[in-house]
Amino acid sequence: MSEAEKFDAIVVGAGPAGSAAAHTMAKAGLGVVLLERGDYPGAKNVMGGVMYGRMLADVIPDFMTHAPIERVIVEERLWIATDDSAVSIGHKTANSHGEIPNAFTVLRAPFDRWFASKAEEAGALLVTGTVVEDVILDNGRVAGVRTGRADGDLLADVVVICDGVHSFLAKRAGLQQREIEPHEVALAVKEIIALPKETIQERFNVSEGEGATIEIYGTVTQGMGGYAFIYTNRESLSVGAGALMSHFMKTKITPYALLERVKQHPLVRPLIAGGQVVEYLAHAIPEGGYKAMPKLYTDGALIAGDAAMMVNGLHREGSNLAITAGRLAAETVIEAKAKGDFSAQSLSAYREKLQHSFVLKDLQKYQHLPEFIDRHSDLLGIYPDLVNHAVHEMLTVDGMSKREKQKKIWRDLTARRSLWQLLKDGYQTWKVIR
Amino acid sequence: MKIEEKLFLLTYKHDKQTHITIRSNEPCVNQCGAQWGRPCTTFCPANVYNWDGEKIAVSYENCVECTSCLTGCPYQNIDWRLPRGGFGVQYRNG
Ligand SMILES: Cc1cc2nc3c(=O)[nH]c(=O)nc-3n(C[C@H](O)[C@H](O)[C@H](O)COP(=O)(O)OP(=O)(O)OC[C@H]3O[C@@H](n4cnc5c(N)ncnc54)[C@H](O)[C@@H]3O)c2cc1C
Repeated sequence: MSEAEKFDAIVVGAGPAGSAAAHTMAKAGLGVVLLERGDYPGAKNVMGGVMYGRMLADVIPDFMTHAPIERVIVEERLWIATDDSAVSIGHKTANSHGEIPNAFTVLRAPFDRWFASKAEEAGALLVTGTVVEDVILDNGRVAGVRTGRADGDLLADVVVICDGVHSFLAKRAGLQQREIEPHEVALAVKEIIALPKETIQERFNVSEGEGATIEIYGTVTQGMGGYAFIYTNRESLSVGAGALMSHFMKTKITPYALLERVKQHPLVRPLIAGGQVVEYLAHAIPEGGYKAMPKLYTDGALIAGDAAMMVNGLHREGSNLAITAGRLAAETVIEAKAKGDFSAQSLSAYREKLQHSFVLKDLQKYQHLPEFIDRHSDLLGIYPDLVNHAVHEMLTVDGMSKREKQKKIWRDLTARRSLWQLLKDGYQTWKVIR
Repeated sequence: MKIEEKLFLLTYKHDKQTHITIRSNEPCVNQCGAQWGRPCTTFCPANVYNWDGEKIAVSYENCVECTSCLTGCPYQNIDWRLPRGGFGVQYRNG
């Protein structure tokens, strides 16, 4: 074997975490190689599609002028739905643009390609079609990686692990000691449904370049913990659904049948009517939260993004945590390089930076939520039904007085769920999201 | 829309070599059927796993690399590895 090449830093995985890390280090003058197993960055990657401007601007301040973004989100809706009705809660704003939009949709294949190309422009060496198979250990410290290529050993002062959900390298580097449990990951499928942009704008009541999101909670997940979504792209919709692995295992519902049922929902069907399905995609989402996170650093290595369980499922945030964590990992490496110290002790500054950011604060806030969803997904069947029933009653003008209606609603409600149970559900839910 | 039609929309770079193997047929035959109903045959979004009456048949070339079988097999009996560099699914949108 020829002598291995040595870099300041090796980044594994050209998703949002990896490209943010590689860009930040390369810009600071470090010698960085960014390794990606796909033929191009994004070839393997899926997301619903809502990305957040602030965190991306922290890495690429002028991204709005050249990033492949689909639509700026001006309206977000939440449907609490039964099989044939929904109570909709939403927010629409005329002030979403600004210089940096709060949220926008992306398609990951073009987006990841673009983001990785920015890291290249900053000086990182991008190598695609290359699987990192293992870490190279030297006296217990991570000293590089072994790739699937011939003569594929690469050495570096530090390895930044950004290989996504079910990270193989987290295990190889000793950061993750146990197997991930089925209630700690969700599986989501989606379709890209092509429609003319005018049709999308009419159906979602938005202007050119603007878009809307709909999240659907309730019977759409057929008793499983999860949700469905519809996001607008420029000339397509991303329509998807997901639920916890533990629930897929128990119910034997197939993910594609789940999605087909979402598409047949009477409130969804008109929005996608006439559209052509151009791609079908599936991906796992790490949902274990704070308590399921691996160790974040060791001698010579750091881990960021999905590989480290950094997803806030309740707020459908993942890409932004990944970008911020990638950037903070990079800043830690830049400081370590200045000190010439890549020990775990030196790299522990990464955890402090994350702790000062929204990343660990939000993950800590919702740390009890994953178990709650695993155990109480039945609430997603019961409450949408109750809420829809109540609203439907109040809106039905049939000669019954409003006071009588209120009494009837209360009677129906407590017949389905005792007062004690209602209080308990309310208290438990509040406890995990407060 | 059937799953076969959905998968037909995808672009793959096929490898002749499989990246998925069932470690042992034993749990599939003796325990999983009765206790779990062989969930890999339902949760897999690309219909990679099918029970042929004697064993799980693996259509690895359908795999979209979602990684769900790494946690979804109750017996940790699926040896799923990353496809070799450049091979496997190639999403055009993502
Ligand atoms: C259906 C779905 C909907 C989602 N919706 C949203 C949303 O609306 N908003 C949001 O913010 N987040 C969303 N997320 C979550 C978001 O996609 C992730 O949190 C984010 O992609 C994490 O980025 P990452 O860089 O950590 O990992 P990834 O994006 O998974 O990137 C990992 C990269 O590493 C590469 N890789 C893996 N192993 C190796 C190896 N051994 N060698 C070389 N390369 C390797 C992969 O090919 C990949 O490019 C969604 C996820 C899914 C699945």
